[in-house]
Amino acid sequence: MKLLTTNFVQCAVKSCSSSSNCFPLHFTECELVHEDLEFDEDFIKNVMVKIDWPALLSVTRDIGNNSLPEEKPNIESCDEQVLRDLHLVLLETQIKDGKMICKNCDHLYHIKNTIPNFLLPPHLA
Amino acid sequence: MSRPEFIAPPEIYYNQEESHKYTNNTRVQQIQAEMTLRALELLNLPSSQYVLDIGCGSCLSGQVLTEEGHQWVGMDISAAMLGNALDLDVEGDLFLADMGAGVPFRPGSFDAAISISAIQWLCNADSAEANPKKRLKQFFETLYASLKRGGKAVCQFYPVGQDQIDLILHSAKVAGFGGGMVIDRPESKRHKKYYLVLTAGIDGDLNLANVEIENNVSKRKKRKGDESKRDFIKRKKDTMRKRGKDVASDSKFTGRRRKPKF
Repeated sequence: MKLLTTNFVQCAVKSCSSSSNCFPLHFTECELVHEDLEFDEDFIKNVMVKIDWPALLSVTRDIGNNSLPEEKPNIESCDEQVLRDLHLVLLETQIKDGKMICKNCDHLYHIKNTIPNFLLPPHLA
Repeated sequence: MSRPEFIAPPEIYYNQEESHKYTNNTRVQQIQAEMTLRALELLNLPSSQYVLDIGCGSCLSGQVLTEEGHQWVGMDISAAMLGNALDLDVEGDLFLADMGAGVPFRPGSFDAAISISAIQWLCNADSAEANPKKRLKQFFETLYASLKRGGKAVCQFYPVGQDQIDLILHSAKVAGFGGGMVIDRPESKRHKKYYLVLTAGIDGDLNLANVEIENNVSKRKKRKGDESKRDFIKRKKDTMRKRGKDVASDSKFTGRRRKPKF
């Protein structure tokens, strides 16, 4: 799962959907991999508008990276190197194995072989 | 054509063997790619968008999305299908999730959504708890939320009959979507294809140049007190007449107060 996706995924439990605490999920025991992808400047610019920067910071801290700046970079005025760095963080960094925990209901989701399992038992769905 | 929906639930029907057969069948590959291209044509997206693929299966549709230059996230309920997708080495992210339980993404995540040959599975009740209406409602509501305002969705599906089309259209409408059905090659029985085309919210800004909006968006609802007693009785009698009950005929005395009795 790409780091970009962690900025959008939230707890799937029905009772959590009304809570503001179900996003972002808390990540633990993550094993990261790097996969080379083509750099697409337009996509980074397009998706940066939607990125919740504090949530991204929270996830990167969960997986042990404190190097991102506190402030969201201004996408209109930054140079290409910043965009390339964002591409590296958001798209090329992927979580291969790990666990995600909802901060609201403590439900545990497993990530196995880059695929998170969001199937819920019937009483939660 | 046989219908896999009638045989078993998707996570059981698409086991190792069946999903391998499906993924490596060149005819299926060709049809899936054709339908994905058609769905993208209907969506009319600018380049480099973030797209959700619902019921992605082994991501035959995802490969087309990558070719067209979009980033995507795919979700499917069959683990074997997703395994096949991993073998194909697709670029998008994969999720093992049940669309009937909702789309697990925060509001405003995606620019668009596509679904190829998947949502007809929602119309089946595969277990005692499953209620197709509730699952459709949950699916469309969460899909609506996860799309950005002005987002679009195209779902190609194989309905069993007009009832199913109506049910799906109604659920989408209740969730707040605009749009409708596009039917390709309607004259052919075999090559007929159904596309549900949906828009979430207003597409683009309103052009408010040279116009004035009148202040009558929320009309005051007629309250009970506004109706006279006579009108109320007449209305009730009319309803009862429509239902085929025996009702006393109207006269000038209807709804009048009686003379005080000794």
